[in-house]
Order: sequence, then C-alpha cells, then structure tokens
Amino acid sequence: MGWLSLPATAMPSDVAIRPQAVHRRPRAAHALGQNAGLILAALILALCIVGFAAMFWVQQQRLPGNFEITSTVNNTMPLALAAIGQCIVVLTRGIDLSVGGVVDLSNALAAIWLTGGVLHMIGVSVLIVLIGAVAGLVNGLLVGLGRLQPIVVTLATLSIFQGVAIRVLPQPGGAVPSGYTDVLVNPDQPWALVFLAVAIVGWMGLRRSRLGVGIFAIGNDESSAVALGVNAIRTKVIAYMIGGALYALAGLFLAANATAGDATTGDGYTLTSIVAVVLGGVNLFGGRGSAVGAICGAFITTMIVNILFFSRINPLYQSFYEGLFLVIAVVFGALIGRLVRGTR
Amino acid sequence: MTEAVSPPPPGPLPQGEGELAFAPRSAVTAIAATRVSKSFGGVRALRDASFAAAAGEVHALVGENGAGKSTLIKLLGGRLPPDSGTIQCDGRAIRLTGPAEAVAHGIGTVFQELTLLPWMTVAENLLIGREPRAFGFIRRAELAPAADAMLADLGIHHIDPRALAADISLAERQIIEIVRVIVRRPRVLLLDEPTSSLVEREVAWLFARIRELSAAGTAVVFTSHRWKEITSIADRITIFRNGAEVGTFTGIDESEAITLMTGQQVEALYPPCPALPADARPALALADATVNGSGGLGFSLAAGEILGVGGLAGQGHRELFLGLFGAPPLRHGSIRIDGRAARIASPADAIHARLGLALVPEDRKTEGLLLPLPVRDNLTLPILSRLSRLGVIRGGAEQRLSREMIRRLGIRTPSMAQPVGALSGGNQQKVLVGRWLLADSRILLLYDVTRGVDIATKHEIYELMTRLAGEGKAILFYSSDTEELAHLCHRVLVLRYGRIAAELAPPALTAEAIVAAAIHDMAGSDSGDGLAVTAGDGHAE
Repeated sequence: MGWLSLPATAMPSDVAIRPQAVHRRPRAAHALGQNAGLILAALILALCIVGFAAMFWVQQQRLPGNFEITSTVNNTMPLALAAIGQCIVVLTRGIDLSVGGVVDLSNALAAIWLTGGVLHMIGVSVLIVLIGAVAGLVNGLLVGLGRLQPIVVTLATLSIFQGVAIRVLPQPGGAVPSGYTDVLVNPDQPWALVFLAVAIVGWMGLRRSRLGVGIFAIGNDESSAVALGVNAIRTKVIAYMIGGALYALAGLFLAANATAGDATTGDGYTLTSIVAVVLGGVNLFGGRGSAVGAICGAFITTMIVNILFFSRINPLYQSFYEGLFLVIAVVFGALIGRLVRGTR
Repeated sequence: MTEAVSPPPPGPLPQGEGELAFAPRSAVTAIAATRVSKSFGGVRALRDASFAAAAGEVHALVGENGAGKSTLIKLLGGRLPPDSGTIQCDGRAIRLTGPAEAVAHGIGTVFQELTLLPWMTVAENLLIGREPRAFGFIRRAELAPAADAMLADLGIHHIDPRALAADISLAERQIIEIVRVIVRRPRVLLLDEPTSSLVEREVAWLFARIRELSAAGTAVVFTSHRWKEITSIADRITIFRNGAEVGTFTGIDESEAITLMTGQQVEALYPPCPALPADARPALALADATVNGSGGLGFSLAAGEILGVGGLAGQGHRELFLGLFGAPPLRHGSIRIDGRAARIASPADAIHARLGLALVPEDRKTEGLLLPLPVRDNLTLPILSRLSRLGVIRGGAEQRLSREMIRRLGIRTPSMAQPVGALSGGNQQKVLVGRWLLADSRILLLYDVTRGVDIATKHEIYELMTRLAGEGKAILFYSSDTEELAHLCHRVLVLRYGRIAAELAPPALTAEAIVAAAIHDMAGSDSGDGLAVTAGDGHAE
C-alpha cells in the first residue's frame, strides 16, 4: 500500500500510558472464555457418549463396539457436513434455510446419475457438489448483492430447490452402487471419520485465511469490516457457496447411506443443521463460533436419538424428548457461558 | 488550496531559519477538500466547504455539533462520497470509493464511531489484513506477541492483546483504534474526536504520538471540543459553522473562537447555581451501599440540589448510577426516597411514579433512545399508558405534550416526527431529559451527559440543569469534566475505590480540589504526574 515509507525505527516511547505492564489474565483463561461454546459442546457430547454407553451396558451387558460406532458416524456424516456449511453462513450473520432443498436435489441427482465406473462416479460427485455451490451462489448473490434478508431469500430458494429435486426424481428410487457406499460410509469400519478429519483441517485452514477473517469480521460488524477493507459481498457469496457445496456433499453421503435416492429425505436437515450449530456454541447473530463445535452439535443430536432408542421410549414421543433435550442443553449452555464470562 | 503539486519530502521538513518549521501558505498541501457539499435526506451537512491541511502540520477542526466536521472527515477518509466538489491528495484530485481506498492513498482515519470488531481479540483487530503468515496461512499463535510488540513500541503496556475487544474499556478501545491507524504511519491522519473518552494521561500519550508523526511530515487533522487540547497541539485552527468553513486561524483565543463557532456571544458558560433553601427535604438517601467491592457508601441528596460526583474513571460511578436505577440493582445498601424505604430491583421500579427516578446515561445510543423512532415517540414512551384510552394512544394529547417539551427544552429538530438518530448528540440528550420530565421524574441521575457535546449545547444543558434544580428536582450529576462539577454543583462527592474520598462544598469546591482528592493516595503508586489510568474505566457493560 502507498504509505509513506519511513525507516522502521520504533517511535520513541517516552510517553507511556502506564510505566509498566499490569497484571493480565493468564492465556488459558482467555482461551477458556473465548472458546466457551466449543468447550461446552465437547463436554455435552462427552456426557451423551457416556450416557449412551451406560444405557447400552444396561441393555446389552457390553459396551458399544465397532458396529455401533460405525453406524453412528455414518448416520451423522450428512448432518455434520450440513452443520459445517450452516455454521459458515451463520458466522457471516446470515442463516441458510435452503439446506434441505440442496440436500434433496443432491440426493435425487445421485440416485439417477451414479452408475458404473469409478471415474464416472467421481465426475458425477464433483458435478453434484458444484451444483450445490451454484445453489449457494444464487443465495449468496441475492443476499450479498441484492441486500435481501437471508431468512427470506433462503426460505424461497428452499422451495425452489425442493421443487427441482422432485422434478429430477419424482418417485423414491434409483440405486447407488455398493462400491460408492463402501468408500463414503463403509459399513464395517468408521472410515468416514477420515472425511471429517479432512473437513476439520479445511476449517482450520479457512480460519487462517483472508476469507475466514472476512467471514468472522462481517459477522462481527459489517460496516466496520468494510471500513477495514473486507469485501463484504464477495465474502458472503463465497460463504453461501461453501455452504451449498457442503449441503450437496451431505446429500451424497445420505444417498450412500440409503443406497438409493429420495427427493424429500433431506427436508429435515434445514432445522437439524440449525440445531447442531446452536448446540455447537455458534452464535446465531454471527461472528462467534467454530465448525468443530457444529460437528460436535451434529453428533450430540445423533446421540440423543440413540439414547432415546435404547431407553425404549415410545417412538411416538421421540420428538417430544428430543425437544426437551435440546432445551435443557441450550439452557445449560447459556448458564455456563454466563458463568465463564463473568456476571456480565 | 492546490498550490503544491510535488509530493512531500520523505522525513522531517527542512527547518527554516527564525521561523516556524513550516510556513502554512507555502507548505505542501497534503490533503484538501474544495467546495464539497453533502446532504443527508433534506439536511445539508456540508455546503461548498473548503479545507486544506499541509504536510507536517497539526490542524484542528472545530465547530458546534452539526457544523459538518464529522461529515468532512468522512469525505476525506473515504467513508462517504461528496455530492459535489473534489478531494485532493498531494495536489491531485482523487475519488475515494471506500475507506480501504483512502488507506491506499496513505490517508488513515479514526472515525468517531468506533470500528473494532467486538468478538475478535485486540490482536486480531490490530493486525487485520496484515497478519503474520506462513505459506499463505495466518499464524494465529503469533498474533498476540506481534500485537504486544506493536503496542509496547508505542508505550502501551496495559492492554492485553488476547482480550476480546468487547471486554476492554471504552478508553482502551479508542486507543486501539488510534494505534491501528498510526502504526501504518499515514501521510494524512484524520482523528474525529479522538480524546472524548480519554483521560489526561492518555491524551498526553496521543499528543506525543501526533507530534512524532507531524515531525515526520504527516498532516494531522483532528476535531475536539476541549479548547485546552486544541491550543496545546494545533498549529492552525479551522472553524466550521453551518456546514462551511468560517476561516483558518493561528493564535485565536477561546471566546473569539466560540463567537465564530456559534455566530453569537456566549456570555458565561456556567449559569449561576440557584440557592438551596435551608429547609430542603432529602429526596434521595443512600446508606451503606457496596460499590466497586467496598462497602459503606452513603449520601443524601436534597430536592433542588445538584450533587456532583467526581473522581477518576473506574472508581464505581457507573455502578452507582446504574445501581440507583436498578440496572442492575446495587448489591447492598438501602435507598430511601422522600424519607420512605424504597426497593429498586429494576428500571421499571425506579421509573415508577412513586419513586420518580430517571437516568440519563452518556451512551444515549445503546442505553436510552430508540434511534429510528421519531422524537415524539421517544419522548412519550414511558407515559403511553397514561396517554392511552382503552389501549389506543390519544394522538392529540401525545402531539401536544411533545410539542410543549420540544419548546421548553429548546430541542432543535425540524419536526417531532424526525427520527431521534438524525439529531445531534446534545439534542438527543435533551430528548432523554424531556422524556423523564414528561414522566414526572423528580430525581434525575445525569451520567456524563455533556461528553462529546459542543459548547453551545453544553451551555443549554447547564441552564436546563439549574432551571430544573430551581423547580425542585433533585439532580445527581457525574461528569468526567471537573470544571463542570466545580461550577454547577452545590456539593461534590469525590469517589475513590468505591468510597467517598472527599465531600467538597464552596468555598473549598474547585476543580483543583476535586482532582487532588481524586488522585490523593494514587499519585504515590503511579508515576505521580497527572491522572493515572486505571485498567478498567468502568465503561464495560
């Protein structure tokens, strides 16, 4: 930048505001306070896992083994990916209700396009993820360039994407080759954790990139971020595109799990992805949170369902107890959060 | 305005013999605005205004609120485009499409509204856009040490770079905002009211930085409402009135400047305090309250009295004022209103007609007014139930009461339908006071209400306060301006560590006595020259 170039000598510090350093909070205290949401999500997840193991022990007289872990991981993969996408959009102080529509569309396309050879399947998968990104591009352009409310835009595009999905696959069906299933959600081993690890590494990279800083900055205060040189429109568009690509990926994992397609199977992901983001300690008003927390939130959601299943609760009341758990978790989280940040 | 075309020489300007380091008329113009205009809706903030600052000078921009100073800074800093007219940088006309582009031209701006990102750390805020990187990725572990080094270089050791911007005090946020701009050593530095939330020591720090930059050839433009500061640092002063410049001066005195700023003579800044009747009954009595961690705070405030509260920042003033208003309530202590014990658990209790307490905070934007709503609605909000019949607001009565209050307080607004956010700061304060008068409040808690308010409006607020005291209102008045306390109050309590360190009444009540009581035993623990800065100044919410 065109600043006056001067010798890099430090300015004389003859006028110090305070002569010497004052007592500071230890580094760990800052880390704890600033990551309270993430740490709490991990704790709740740990609690859920312990609770589930105990419940399992009572019923089966053994601890959950490879099969239980694998099926839990495989069942959670679509939600975990959708939650990461939702998290990135929420961090920009947006929200994405079109998740369900993109998952539906991706799922439907996978059911009719996935056939035959390895290269073909890779090509189709990439194409579907790109279609998801294009869906995100539509959202992003409307929100960023059109300056429209994210909730309105994505509510409308949700319906549109759902409609396209139904058009693509009017009846549930199609078939996903078993080889595809084995690679994405191997039924014998929790290989899918590798994809999750890749996603976390990707998140850490994003966090350390100009784009990531921009996402957090506009979620904190958009006009300040713009004053600091962040391109708010581009940042938002890319955030929604990453979201769309991840929802499409979620649809592929869903198809691999079910080995078939259904153009309505993804509808629930709109709300569950938001639930996972909230449980993961991501602030719904943007600027604060972590995708790792959102992943924890996704696993908490699955674990709650598992616990309910093993506690032999009448399936008719399942959603009642899910809601109850959610409220308890959120209240608990808010209380702890207040405690950690002091009384303010 | 545009006489110079050559870029400024790198480094300090050559010293002339027997004259100033620069001669304004022949010096290099670093930044200029020529016949710029800017309107917001129907309001013309700037009309054909011109301004120029030379490289290496410190140029103060003074004027009442609403004179166009902030708008001019926003145009020069690239935050707003002018409707007409041109901006020149180093003699060339430039078009700024945004603050980032102004930065690219070497123009660094500290706007009046703070722009720190609240949920990011001090280090992230300081280094945004220029973070230490490896292989293209930000090295997050190095952010805090790099920020620490940057702050230490500038003589700041008390701000923790790992803290969130939301968790540091207002003064600290202002300092970080300034640091973020000056570390880039801009060729043009624009500061819009940089000192309004700073205490003396911090101002001294800022001025030392300003002198270093101007010695290196930076043109520094700043606005302030504190005349002492202006005369101590500015080489030249440009006065603005009604959206255009009145003129540029050297060596002008305060009363001349005020006359030029207001277009009228302000006789005496402080109106005389009305005499306190000998039999004044206590309106508010506080006993044994715990503030700032220490207990035993108590005082009594009589009807018709202006009781000042002074002291250094961070001594519990804010906690006391918010506590009396129930937001949140004081942890201990008993409050008696008109001799009867009162329980104030929330602002709703405090406002209640029987108690009649009212708080006017310094931060009107977040703590009192609904900025997008009209003046009328902001005035009548707490008394809507009284103005309603069967749940429907009687529009006629609302209009009448609002019109009366606007006239009585001299609120300068084009109409009562004007959104409060469009008024100047001082007039926003008046709307808040008016609201509580309509609600029949008898005890007014005024917390630093004149901060960042121009002199003419300050004068009106002072007159309003003395008039209200004369009408029997009890006023508890905290101010960071000790002159104000000394001139307006019947008595002043100086708080230190949450306790009353001194109670001053005439003739012992002077600004010097307040400062002395405030720093009495603190002077020894710090370096002792002037006011010490405490780590938190009580502005955190």
